Amino acid sequence: MPAIDTAISTTDILEQRSRRDARHERLFRWLLKGCALIVLASLLGAAGATLWGGRDAFGTFGWHFLVSSEWDPGNDVYGALVPVYGTVITSFIALLIAVPISFGIAVYLSEVAPAWLRTPVASAIELLAGIPSIIYGMWGLFIFAPFFADHIKPWLTSNLGNKPDDGKLSWVAEHVPFVGKLFGSDYPFGASILVAGIVLAIMVIPFISSVMREVFQTVPTRLKESAYALGSSTWEVSWDIVLPYTRSAVIGGIFLGLGRALGETMAVTFVLGNAMHLSASLLDPGTSIASTIANQFSEAAGLQKSALMALAFLLFVVTFIVLLIARLMLRRLASKEGR
Amino acid sequence: MNSPYLRRRITNALAMVLSTLATLIGLAFLAWILWETLRQGISALDLKLFTKVTAYGEDGGLLNSMVGSLVINFIGIGIATPIGVLAGTWLAEYANRTRLGESIRFLNDILLSAPSIVMGLFVYTIIVLPSTALTHGSTTFSGFAGGVALALIALPVIVRTTDEMLRLVPSTLREAALSLGVPQWKLTLQILIRAARSGIITGVLLALARISGETAPLLFTAFGNNYMAINPMDKMSSLPQIIYQYANDPGDAMHALAWAGAFVITMFVLLLSLASRLILSRTKVSHD
Repeated sequence: MPAIDTAISTTDILEQRSRRDARHERLFRWLLKGCALIVLASLLGAAGATLWGGRDAFGTFGWHFLVSSEWDPGNDVYGALVPVYGTVITSFIALLIAVPISFGIAVYLSEVAPAWLRTPVASAIELLAGIPSIIYGMWGLFIFAPFFADHIKPWLTSNLGNKPDDGKLSWVAEHVPFVGKLFGSDYPFGASILVAGIVLAIMVIPFISSVMREVFQTVPTRLKESAYALGSSTWEVSWDIVLPYTRSAVIGGIFLGLGRALGETMAVTFVLGNAMHLSASLLDPGTSIASTIANQFSEAAGLQKSALMALAFLLFVVTFIVLLIARLMLRRLASKEGR
Repeated sequence: MNSPYLRRRITNALAMVLSTLATLIGLAFLAWILWETLRQGISALDLKLFTKVTAYGEDGGLLNSMVGSLVINFIGIGIATPIGVLAGTWLAEYANRTRLGESIRFLNDILLSAPSIVMGLFVYTIIVLPSTALTHGSTTFSGFAGGVALALIALPVIVRTTDEMLRLVPSTLREAALSLGVPQWKLTLQILIRAARSGIITGVLLALARISGETAPLLFTAFGNNYMAINPMDKMSSLPQIIYQYANDPGDAMHALAWAGAFVITMFVLLLSLASRLILSRTKVSHD
């Protein structure tokens, strides 16, 4: 009965094959899952490694580490306040400049520009995002900071600051509180907190504007057209229809830019001047978390190294939270679209 | 006469002018940065850049840094590509709409913008420190550690593009293969990844563009080296690291070398993004 034999052996072969396939399938699944878990591991690992590295500093200084402005390698006393302040203030300046400009670019690209111009301009702006941060740093250090020191800073110090060159206080510096302090400086160079903020702003503009442009395009055309039909102007449609509809995603885009600005190292390190002291003036040099680490880590040892690791942990946690908010906000619009 | 209308018109005109101005500001800075990089870079270009190492200082070139950058980037992409493609495949094909899959996709997006300097410190802790301890101090920083740090930065880019590209592959393709009895792993490897190939290659190129300018994570991993190093277990120079070092040097000749390095990196990155755009022009996907 050769026919039955072949039938049996065919089933055998088929069974064998399906067992083999199932084995391969299991193996393949585990391999893929393992690779995906590496993503998770690298996030947890980065947080864990910096926390572990910073344990000495956290243990020695406790909560005092966060509020102390002392950073004295000679006496082995470290506080995070100066770099934390620098990181926060430069990112804040960056957003202050970048958000309105990005909004303008997004409105221009989605409502104002003629159709043929949109793609090339959008790609050009996105090109800014592709330029490595060290190039921004070089440009900032050698081109923009000297330009700022020659052309912009003298105007700011003499018209707004409390330490003008000719000794005559301007009306603004005399009558508006804080402004004089913010723009008063007798430091002769360009590298300063304000310049770092401006360079950061240029860096985050492409990120914020591309998110805004993308979400502006998700606004249903009938919504915009209804507004136009009721006699709205382009600006009213952008401000009263498009912006409210996309609000959460726009905030998400801004937080995404903030996350980038907080963690940026090279561009900031070049133009911040690296001064470990607290100054109210935006025209004085300062430091940030990332640039403190970049400058000091290679030569640091012992408690100083631990303090730098602790700084890195703070930076990681703060950017994680900011980016988390960003992604949650961006996701809200996506779920509204039913995606 | 019609003051509310007039006011609205003026507001509108003003807003349109301002938004155009904002775009012009963005483009002006782009032009300024690119122009200076080109101008300063081209005037510093010299044959010795490609023939001499940095040990000669002002009279030297950038040969060891360029070779170092190539080696470190190669290691970084070499590690990140298989892991990233497989992880992206898992997200798109196996864990789509599962809770773990969604969480990893979400965390991957966060990793995409995580501060690179922290990634450098992470790799310092898990590779540089243990290797120093194991070899009693003879091995410390290494090109390999730099490559791993860059791999961690490239990884989320590749994961995300692979994930997005695979989800663009029509499900009829999957159904057709499955109905013929093809096991899912074979379907994934031989059909889906092939169908999404151009998109995945784009992701790898974008990741390469992203890491080739990274400086911060290399400072504490590959460190730097004034002489030629090919062995990835040695300290290794890289273009971004030498730019950082030379730009902080007071000498003008060093600055010229730094500009030359900046020029080389910028050209490389622009060519890569151009290439990825050309490949991508057939398919459409978002990158932020």
